[in-house]
Amino acid sequence: MNSIAKAIKISDKVYWVGAVDWTIRDFHGYRTSRGTTYNAYLIMADKITLIDTVKAPFRDELLSRISSVVNPSEIDYIVSNHAEMDHSGCLPQIIDIVKPEKVFASTMGQKNLEAQLGIGSRITPVKTGDSLSLGNMNLSFIETKMLHWPDSMFTYLKEEQILFSQDAFGMHLAVDKLFDDENVWDVLEEEGEKYFGNILMPYSNLIIKLLDDVGKMNLPIKLVATDHGPIWRTHIGKILELYRKWSEHKPVPRAIVVYDTMWNSTAIMANAVGEGLRETGVEFKILPLSVSHRSDVATEILKSSAIIVGSPTMNNNIFPTIADVLTYLKGLRPSNMIGASFSSYGWSGESLPQMNEYLKSMNVELASEGVRAKYVPSETDLKACFELGKLVGDKLRAKIQ
Amino acid sequence: MGKYVCDACGWVYDPAIGDPDHGIAPGTSFADLPDDWTCPECGVGKDSFSKQE
Ligand SMILES: [Fe+2]
Ligand SMILES: [Fe+2]
Ligand SMILES: [Zn+2]
Repeated sequence: MNSIAKAIKISDKVYWVGAVDWTIRDFHGYRTSRGTTYNAYLIMADKITLIDTVKAPFRDELLSRISSVVNPSEIDYIVSNHAEMDHSGCLPQIIDIVKPEKVFASTMGQKNLEAQLGIGSRITPVKTGDSLSLGNMNLSFIETKMLHWPDSMFTYLKEEQILFSQDAFGMHLAVDKLFDDENVWDVLEEEGEKYFGNILMPYSNLIIKLLDDVGKMNLPIKLVATDHGPIWRTHIGKILELYRKWSEHKPVPRAIVVYDTMWNSTAIMANAVGEGLRETGVEFKILPLSVSHRSDVATEILKSSAIIVGSPTMNNNIFPTIADVLTYLKGLRPSNMIGASFSSYGWSGESLPQMNEYLKSMNVELASEGVRAKYVPSETDLKACFELGKLVGDKLRAKIQ
Repeated sequence: MGKYVCDACGWVYDPAIGDPDHGIAPGTSFADLPDDWTCPECGVGKDSFSKQE
């Protein structure tokens, strides 16, 4: 074993036995600037239960933390709340080492653990409303399909009022202190928002439904123990409220201008668009893709209700970085957006209609057909860019009133 | 008989094909699917489907 890590007690009978990844900066294309954690939890009930595991390379850290409390072979049950590999990667090996009596997952979890790891036959499927006696304690399960994978589910520990929520309410943030109130709130809000924008935004409608359903269950909740980042203890109300706000994505007077440039023409245009937005009093942020990562653009779109995209025309196409970001944003399905495009070109100028088509396919309501400038934008072109910014700002203001 | 798209995962229910793996015969309209039928791909319920335009 290459680890001497110990468990951290989080309540009377429950220990955090996860792993901290201080190194990771690219989590499947999401820039994790502050690292992350893979949380797993050990419930020392009559039936000793492990909730989730960790990413495969962190297996020893998990085992070392468990071993500081109990010999891993004493574990009776394992619950897999989420089949994605950052939580299930070492599950097959842990099953081999622990030899648990039973391993539980949702019905879709069983399917997905089989498809990814070939361990479907080891899984006992559970569904919403099912409960499991641990002798002196009780677990119940709530399927949270497509939040954010088909297999996702919550597990609730009644006696200690802990909701194990897998990725939901989580964030990519490596921490030494495990509880929300031991960390800086602004950082939690920022990383929580980034996580929502990049992972959960496409399923906003399902989140609203889930918040309503869980609200109706009236579960007393002391801790929300997520699979990434700190455990919610003091700010549970605040994070639930933010999840509702982010899911609803109601129009706000804020716009983003996303662009890339070859010979600075599109950059000059972007700044003129910004000046037009400024005129309307709408808050805005200009995101040059040379220095803005796609995952940060996703966070910014969650905070905004208008997107204006600018691209050069390169060999009859939009610039590759613009295609990257638009593809990424389309998958994230931001709702309630208005927008427009602008482009520079030398001869053919296809990028403007291509961007417009893209925005339409994302259900972004186009404010106009956009602005195109040949080679270096003239003063007339820049005025048109200014007017484009102003038009989008005005339309956004009108939408809010 | 129209096709229906899963809002969550994008899987399309085509009445001409049905969902034979889950006992739904070809030719079954979306409306006639049982209430407890779920998306075979991601598992969400009928209420998370929209008519395909
Ligand atoms: Fe996940
Ligand atoms: Fe995760
Ligand atoms: Zn589906």
